[in-house]
Amino acid sequence: MSLAMVMLACGLITFAIRLSFIAMEGRYRPPGWFVPLLPFVPIAALTALVAPDLLLVKGHLSLGAGNPRFWAGLIAIVVAAWRGNILLTIGCGFAALWLLRLAV
Amino acid sequence: MTKSELGRGAAFLLGVRALLPMHLGVVPFGIIYGVVAMQSGIPPLAAVLMSSIVFAGSAQFLLAQLVGAGAPGLLMIGAVGLVNLRHVLYSASVAPMLRGLPRRWKVLLAYLLTDEAYAAAIPHLMSGAAHGHWILFGAGFALWAGWQAATIVGVALGAHLPADLSFDFALPLTFIAIVVPLLVDRRRIAVAVLAATLAVLLEAWPYKLGLFFAALGALVLAAMLTPRSEP
Repeated sequence: MSLAMVMLACGLITFAIRLSFIAMEGRYRPPGWFVPLLPFVPIAALTALVAPDLLLVKGHLSLGAGNPRFWAGLIAIVVAAWRGNILLTIGCGFAALWLLRLAV
Repeated sequence: MTKSELGRGAAFLLGVRALLPMHLGVVPFGIIYGVVAMQSGIPPLAAVLMSSIVFAGSAQFLLAQLVGAGAPGLLMIGAVGLVNLRHVLYSASVAPMLRGLPRRWKVLLAYLLTDEAYAAAIPHLMSGAAHGHWILFGAGFALWAGWQAATIVGVALGAHLPADLSFDFALPLTFIAIVVPLLVDRRRIAVAVLAATLAVLLEAWPYKLGLFFAALGALVLAAMLTPRSEP
């Protein structure tokens, strides 16, 4: 199979996945238990996306001094809960990460 | 000005602005993709086109590596499908908010529906902002433009990787800033804790499937914790 064919097929499959529910909306009625779960999707999906970045170092759980991303992430969580400001959260998270790198 | 008075142009710019901080993480990632694609022997034009045809960061990385390893075509297509499976959740999440839009809008927004654009737009969509589709379009377009530019830089650099200042950390930090304000009750906190725990436990699963099933598992918990009477 040529590279062009593989790329086109990969593009189509990715697009089809992203379009799936958007295209079905209105034509098909999702089951009753499913709709109340939609507000939880951002929390479930984005937390699952971030957690391994913060908690794992080379595939192993690491919550000590060897994992500055965990501590910087914790500080970012506290700042986000306290202020809810995105730029402040990013700034404090980076400041914490770089300071911890210097200190450890 | 209240959110309901927001015009289309302002909604578009709101989406662009919500996405901009993520470029700190996305641009280096795109540059590294370009470099990896060159090292895998993908022709420069194909490497650049892949960023608009496939338009999915982790999947493009995997694809570049598989091309370099000489993997069979069907395996590459299947792998990309599995890595991007998590986007079905974003599709389900935004579908009710895009109800009634013309088909060309649905097609455009589906094409632009990445982790980053979804994260940037979803708090605004959930709060019922006017012209929500323009906010999602702004976020999606901003990510698309940054990703294309970064890919071209990476392809042009070829073998020279930029210095590592950990800018990729901008992505988890932005996602934290988006998710934490959504954790307004114990149920939502429990869902986040379970999603994080499962994602860590299932991290070794191939094709990012652990991520997808961690999110699904957390949604099952949300279902168990949600009283049937609540809409």
